[in-house]
Amino acid sequence: MSEKRYWLDDRRNVTKVFYAIVVLCALTYLPELVGRVTPSLGLHKHLHYDWEGWFGFHGWYGFIGCVMLVLVAKYVFRTLLMRDESYYD
Amino acid sequence: MIEMLPPASIMILGALLLPLLPGRLRSGAVVALPVLSLVHIAGLPLGEHLQLSIFDYTLTLARVDKLSLVFGYVFHLAAILGAIYSFHVQDRVQQVCALIYGGAGVAAVFAGDWITLFVYWELTAISSVFLIWARKTERAHKAGMRYLIIQIGSGVLLLAGIVLHVSAGGSLAFDKLAAFGWRELGLAVTNFGAADAAGVSGALLIFIAFGIKCAFPFLHNWLTDAYPEATVTGTVFLSAFTTKLAVYALARAFPGSAALVGIGAAMTVFPIFYAVIENDLRRVLAYSLNNQLGFMVVGIGVGTEMSLNGTAAHAFCHILYKALLFMSMGAVLFRTGKINGSELGGLYKSMPWTAAFCIVGAASISGFPLTNGFISKSMIIDGAAAGHYTVTLLVLLFASAGVFHHSGIKIPFFAFFAHDSGIRCKEAPWNMLVAMGIAAFFCLAIGFFPGPLYALLPYSVDYVPYTATHVVTQLQLLLFSALAFSVLMRTGIYPKELRALNLDTDWVYRRLLPAAVNRVRVRGGRLVEAMSRAFDRQLGRAIGGIYRHHGPEGLFARSWAIGGSVIWVCILLLLCLIVYYR
Repeated sequence: MSEKRYWLDDRRNVTKVFYAIVVLCALTYLPELVGRVTPSLGLHKHLHYDWEGWFGFHGWYGFIGCVMLVLVAKYVFRTLLMRDESYYD
Repeated sequence: MIEMLPPASIMILGALLLPLLPGRLRSGAVVALPVLSLVHIAGLPLGEHLQLSIFDYTLTLARVDKLSLVFGYVFHLAAILGAIYSFHVQDRVQQVCALIYGGAGVAAVFAGDWITLFVYWELTAISSVFLIWARKTERAHKAGMRYLIIQIGSGVLLLAGIVLHVSAGGSLAFDKLAAFGWRELGLAVTNFGAADAAGVSGALLIFIAFGIKCAFPFLHNWLTDAYPEATVTGTVFLSAFTTKLAVYALARAFPGSAALVGIGAAMTVFPIFYAVIENDLRRVLAYSLNNQLGFMVVGIGVGTEMSLNGTAAHAFCHILYKALLFMSMGAVLFRTGKINGSELGGLYKSMPWTAAFCIVGAASISGFPLTNGFISKSMIIDGAAAGHYTVTLLVLLFASAGVFHHSGIKIPFFAFFAHDSGIRCKEAPWNMLVAMGIAAFFCLAIGFFPGPLYALLPYSVDYVPYTATHVVTQLQLLLFSALAFSVLMRTGIYPKELRALNLDTDWVYRRLLPAAVNRVRVRGGRLVEAMSRAFDRQLGRAIGGIYRHHGPEGLFARSWAIGGSVIWVCILLLLCLIVYYR
C-alpha cells in the first residue's frame, strides 16, 4: 500500500521553500531601498536611535544574532553542559 | 448578592464539590465553573470590597482595578481553555487541583492585602504540584518534590518579608513597596537585618519571593525542571498561572525598579541558548516561557505607563499563545507518547490541525504582524527604546529574533516537519482541537484588532502598533532569523537533536549539595567514630586507675562506709542513665 505523497516529501520543493524565504527577505528591504532612491515614496523609519536607521539594520542584526546564538549554543553550551540522559538517575 | 462572593470562590468551592459529580458531568463542571466565575468578576464594581477585620488587621479579598481585572480575565480564559483541553481527563485529583490552582491564581490577583496574597500564593503552590505528580512516574514525583520545596520556599520568604515589612510600620495593603535600582538592592542586601532597615529588608525578601516565582536568572530552574514533567494537560494549566501571578505581583509592588530592567534582559537571553540545544520540546517551551517572562519584567522595570501597559498586554497575549503551544505539544505527546525532537518529525501528515494551530502559536510568540505577540511585545520594546535603555534594546531585539528561531521555528519544525519519523497517529481528540482553535482564534483576533485588549490595560493607551516602520523592521528581524535557520540547516551546522540533558542551575541542588552533604556525613561519621574510640580508651584507663585504688581490694576501700557507698552507687547509676539515655 503506497502512502500519499505530500508536496514537502519532494526535496526539490524544500529547496523552493528556502528560496521563497530568500525572496521574502529581499522584499523586506524593498521599502527601505525605495525610500533611499525616491524619498517621497518609500519607508522612512521613525526610530529612537540613529543606528536603528542604518540600512536594513533589523535584518542583518537578526541574521547575525541567530547564527551567533546557534554557534554559541552548539559549541559552548553543548560542550560544557551536555550530559547523558541518565545523569541524574 | 453575588458581588458578596470573593473572586474565584466559585472555582475554589466548586472544585471541592467536584468529586461528587459523575464522569462527563464533572468534566462539564470544570469548564462551567470558570465561565461562571468570569461572569462574576466581570460584574464586580471597581474599588475595594469584602474587607474583613481579623485581630488588628484588615483583609481585602477583592481589590478590583484595571490591573487586577486584566490579569483576572486572562486567568479565567486560561482556566476555561485548559478545562476544554482536558475534557477527556477523568482523574478527579487533576480536575480538582487544576480548578483550585486557577482559582487561587485569580484570588491572589484580586488580593488587596499581603496576608490574602500570601494565602493564595501558597495555595497555587500546593494545588499545582498535583498536576506534576499526576504523571505518576518516578521522574515526575521527584521533579514535583523539588518544585514544591522551591514554591513553598518562595512562600516562606514572602511571609517573612511581610512580617518584617508590617512590623517596621509598613502598610498591610498590597501596594507599591519599593523601586529597587541596583544600588538600592545592594544596600538592602548589605544592611539586611539592621534595626533601622527592617522595612527595606522586608521589601527585599518579598522581592526575592516574587523573583523565585517569576523565574529570575539562577532562581529559574524549577520551571524548566518541573513543567515538562507534568501531565499532558497539567502543563497547560501550569504555564498560565504561577509565573504570571509573579509578574502581576512585581508590577504591583516594584514598578519602576531599574534592577528589573537588567534582570529581565538577562532572562530574555540565557534561556534561548538552552532552548536551541534542548531535545524535549515541552522543555524548549519552558525555556521560551522564561524568555517571555523576561520581556514582561523589563516592562515593569522601565516602569512608564506605556511599558507597564506593555507588560500587562504581553502577559495577556503570552498566556494565550503559550497555552496554545503547550497544548499542541501536549497533543503530540498524547497521541505519539513521544516529545523529544530527535524522535518526532513529519507529523503534519497525521495531525494537520494540530500543526496548523501550533504554527499560529509559534507565529504569535515570535511577534509576527497580525498576531497578538506583535501588538504586545512591541509596546515593551518601544518602552525600553523611549527610556533610552540602549543595551537592553539590543538585547531585546536579539531575544526577539532568538525566540522566533528556537520557538517559532524549532517547535513546529522538529515536531511536524523535519525528517519523517514514520509515526502515523490519529489527529488530536476533538476537545483538544476545540481548545487549540479557540486559543488560536484569540491570538489572531487580538493581533488583527488590538483595540479591545488595549481598552482593558491599566493606563490609557496612546500606541499604534501597525506603523510602516514597526511592521517592516519586525519582518526584517524575523525573516532574516528564518533565513539564518534555513542556512544553518542546509549547511548542516544546526545542532542535531540529541538524546541528552543539559546542566542548569538545578545541578547545584541535584548534584553539588547532595554530594557535599554526603561527603560531610561520611567524613564526619569517621571522625565521630575515631573520637568515641579514643574517649572509650581514656575512660577505661581512668576507671582502671580508680578501681585499683578505690576498689574492694584497693588501699582506700578499707575506710568505706556503707551509707557513702550507696550514695555513690546511686550517683553512678544516675550518670549511667543520663549517658546512655538516647
